Amino acid sequence: MTSDFWVNLIEGQPELSILIWVCILIIVMYIARQPAHQMILLLTRSLRNALRLMAQSVMIAEKQLKTRNREVLLSQGQEHAERFIEREFQRVEILVNRDLSGYPSLQRDLKEQITRIDEDYVQSGEVPPKPPEWLKAVEAVANIPDNGSPVVAKILNDIHSTLKKALETDLQEYRRANRERHGLLKKMMPFWRSLTNSLNSVERKITGLEQRSIIIDGQMQSYEDIRNQTGYAERMLSSSSLTQFFISGLALCLAVIGMYVNFQLVALPMEEMVGAASYLGSSSIRASDVSALFIISIEVILGLFLMESVGITRLFPVIHLLEDHKRKLIFWIMLSFLFIFAGIEASLAYMRDMLAADREALSQLLTGVEVDEPPLRWIPSLGQMVMGFILPFVLTFVAIPLESFIHSFRTVSGLFIVWLLHVLVVVIRFIANVIYGMGRMVMNIYDLIIFIPLKIETSFTNKSDTKSDKKEEDSISGVLTHQKEEVSK
Amino acid sequence: MKAFATKGLFITLSFILLLGVLAQNGCSEPREKKAVYVLVDTSGTYSKQFEKVQIVMRYLLGSLAPGESLALARIDSESFNEKDIIARMSFDLRPSMANAQKRAFIESVDKFGKNIQSSKYTDITGGILQAIEYLNETQATHRTILIFSDLKEEIKKGQVRNFPISFNGISVVAINVTKLKSDNVDPRKYQNRVDEWAKRVEQGGGNWKLINDMNHLSQIIE
Repeated sequence: MTSDFWVNLIEGQPELSILIWVCILIIVMYIARQPAHQMILLLTRSLRNALRLMAQSVMIAEKQLKTRNREVLLSQGQEHAERFIEREFQRVEILVNRDLSGYPSLQRDLKEQITRIDEDYVQSGEVPPKPPEWLKAVEAVANIPDNGSPVVAKILNDIHSTLKKALETDLQEYRRANRERHGLLKKMMPFWRSLTNSLNSVERKITGLEQRSIIIDGQMQSYEDIRNQTGYAERMLSSSSLTQFFISGLALCLAVIGMYVNFQLVALPMEEMVGAASYLGSSSIRASDVSALFIISIEVILGLFLMESVGITRLFPVIHLLEDHKRKLIFWIMLSFLFIFAGIEASLAYMRDMLAADREALSQLLTGVEVDEPPLRWIPSLGQMVMGFILPFVLTFVAIPLESFIHSFRTVSGLFIVWLLHVLVVVIRFIANVIYGMGRMVMNIYDLIIFIPLKIETSFTNKSDTKSDKKEEDSISGVLTHQKEEVSK
Repeated sequence: MKAFATKGLFITLSFILLLGVLAQNGCSEPREKKAVYVLVDTSGTYSKQFEKVQIVMRYLLGSLAPGESLALARIDSESFNEKDIIARMSFDLRPSMANAQKRAFIESVDKFGKNIQSSKYTDITGGILQAIEYLNETQATHRTILIFSDLKEEIKKGQVRNFPISFNGISVVAINVTKLKSDNVDPRKYQNRVDEWAKRVEQGGGNWKLINDMNHLSQIIE
């Protein structure tokens, strides 16, 4: 059906033909207005409902994911807190074993020191001298009347001189006893000091334990929070997880750079072993590159096992659950392998230097330029060898940020997916509303196209409405006048 | 524990074995392998151009990687002959060994340059046939014949050389095509000579290239 059919409805008058078609269309649309409106409404409502349903299911998924994230976060936090508390208790145990194991001997020492001090103190006590027994006899003799007798006077003089002598002797004895007491008190001084030192050391040890107990208290508090699944604990763990994610991510990036440097050291000499122009299958991956990566990967894996056996990381529960002596054995095996690989890498690094020198010499020969060998050429060679030896051991520590990254990635990825689902819900709801609005708009456009018959319909409806209204008014007014007449009668 | 240690040892040995297998068999042959055959005209008119040959040979030795092949042969009166091959080498996959081979090759080239004996005739077609044979044997993906010649073929009486040659994707690069005295009289002769060879190569399924400027050596084995 070409456009001619529409244009040539009336021969030679295309405008009129189009106008007729438009009129027909408007009439058809006017007749089909109600079902068309219903259809549009039904379609948009169905779509909106379907989208709302979809949004609701996404919301449920989001909620489930949130719950799962919360569980993961709390379980990780709980595990971390348990590890921390366990470690603190281990430290306390070490402290107790190291410091307080000598407590019985310390107590014995203290007792001995106190006994000695006590004995010395008792010995240093001042005993007041007893008054001489013969004082009464002297007194009696002194009361004898002399009656001018020279014999009595002589006796009294003798008694006087004897008393004087006795007094001097007593005084000397008293001074000697005092000296002895002072000597004893002086001897007590080191015991006092030793006692003070012993008590101070006990105080220090007790303070160390007290500090540890404060830390344990804090950790126990957060552990209880986690166990009680409080919002505060969740927020803290979430923030800590994000921080861990970014820090460990940064550390891993640095580790990757280290691995790249390591790769550069190994890749060239590996060409000597697997061939410079060999590729893996039909791919464009060089075999030497794969071999170099393989060696580095093994080193990293060895490092992971090493860290696991020491107990620094807990990526492999099987290793962690092994007995101590078995883990020790694994540690030594891994360390030996690492030493072997470090040695291999150091030799490869040296080989790399030799190959580079050989290549340089060849290019000089081919270009015909003779360049003297630079002085201290051994320094970069040695540097490469040292780097080749050290890097495998450095890469061992990749295990620590890797563990943190894996653990934090679980929560961070969960949070990210929750955010994505939330955005999806918003988008779905927005689309649902837009579709509903579009349906309304389509209906309005529909009415706009057939506005002429609609206007006519409205005016007719209005006229008939006014006529019926007038009739009603007339009847009402008739009734009212009839009533008035009846009232006046 | 013993079982665990055995397992660990087994895994480690497997790794080492895998590395060994990778080194021996797991690696396929080079994907993009180049092979270059250099033909040098030793006829009286061209024998003095050997310095340029040496420059190109040094460039090629610097460019070719381990696993690739290079050969140098002279064009004389009867060039379809293995005796005319001065040096040929498929470089070892180990870079150190390949470097040693390159040193030996450049020595051969220099030695040949000192004792060039000019030939009476110029059997270019014979040389090209020998080159194609060698290049096909290398199974390289990019095969190139470099011709240092004035492209004027002079063959002995009785030799048959005017037949089509199957190049089968080989690139033929004519380098430093010198102009003869007769070309100065009629420059069309030079052009006709070059066009004839280009036509012959392209008809045989090869690619033709002419490089007279020695500064454009990078275009030789693109």
